[in-house]
Amino acid sequence: MPLVFAGVCSHAPGITGRTELADPTVRDQFYAAFDGMRQALEASRPDALVVITAEHFANFFMDNMPSFAIGMADLYEGPIEDTGWLGIDKVQVPGDRHLSERFITEVMNGSDVAYAQEWLFDHGIMVPLHFLTPRYDLTIIPANINCQGPPLTPLHRAWAFGESIRAAADALPERIAVVGTGGISHWPATPDSGKINVDWDRDFLDRWSRNDRDALLDYTDLEIYADAGQGGFEVRTFIAVSAAASGATGTVHFYEPIPIFAVGCTVATYDLAAS
Amino acid sequence: MSLYTLQKFLYELNRSEQLQQAYLADREGVLAPYALSDEERRAIVEPDIGLLFHLGVNGQILMHFAAFHQIAWADYLQRMRDGLAIHGPVREGVYAMTGYEGVDAHRAVPTDSGGR
Repeated sequence: MPLVFAGVCSHAPGITGRTELADPTVRDQFYAAFDGMRQALEASRPDALVVITAEHFANFFMDNMPSFAIGMADLYEGPIEDTGWLGIDKVQVPGDRHLSERFITEVMNGSDVAYAQEWLFDHGIMVPLHFLTPRYDLTIIPANINCQGPPLTPLHRAWAFGESIRAAADALPERIAVVGTGGISHWPATPDSGKINVDWDRDFLDRWSRNDRDALLDYTDLEIYADAGQGGFEVRTFIAVSAAASGATGTVHFYEPIPIFAVGCTVATYDLAAS
Repeated sequence: MSLYTLQKFLYELNRSEQLQQAYLADREGVLAPYALSDEERRAIVEPDIGLLFHLGVNGQILMHFAAFHQIAWADYLQRMRDGLAIHGPVREGVYAMTGYEGVDAHRAVPTDSGGR
């Protein structure tokens, strides 16, 4: 089936872990946008959701760091973080190793990926699922792009990965949805936490909404680091979704900086039907 | 001894409840197999969040370690700032990639449009 859904969202741990410290008005608008994304995802009737994340050393370390990895298990567990700190209880999330295997086999025609039959979810997947599949009843295929441990995956390879994901989704009989998750500009977990470059974010989201490949790839990592912090490296997940939705234009349903969440909080989707 | 080994230990601790329980019972014993300098060992055991950040531990690893020790968010950020003030710029790793401007340049300054 052709890809049924494509969107992006933030995943910062403060979104669920420091909820009481945020301004309730903007926070609730953000949560409402997340719920709108949930409804749109459900309306697409997916059989499985591919979550393209930028995991944070929960599974992959510098002893063997893949540029790309995709999960291939029947069950995933998370979060690895302290549950009180993250505000999300330990849960089991359904996977489907046979579906993952067929999906990965297709992806490999276009991109070299590592596969993983074990995968612990951190906030990078748990926060989106908390809002998008709150009953944890949708089959998840986790996918990761190395956005944390340099040398990082080049942006144009992240684009190619997204194209491979699209080709794989289109080739399978199941209805596949894809959500990319990460920050735009942010300096998470550092003394700069709370700093957000709103102008840079809005410019990036404009490129994303237009699905302008050349503009999306027109950054160096040094530029991203200077303007958008080390958290900005996670734009790779957004870029991969753009490639998966190539030809479609996007709508930003919500973008507001919420410093206590340490990120410009974002919910956006592509209109695949019009592409 | 090496930032790699220091981060490797924290990575393994962060993702294993079993190791966490063992570590809480015997910190020095669990650390013994790791080739760490005295400074690194002390920074972990204390824990000295500011020193660990100064040594170059990635915040995505350090953040989980701080949460494991029930260190509140604001306190976590302040400990890193204090560590930079005491020890100086980050020695190596991601945060040393383009040079470090110093504590003042890196204080959390929410944007004027934030926090509404």
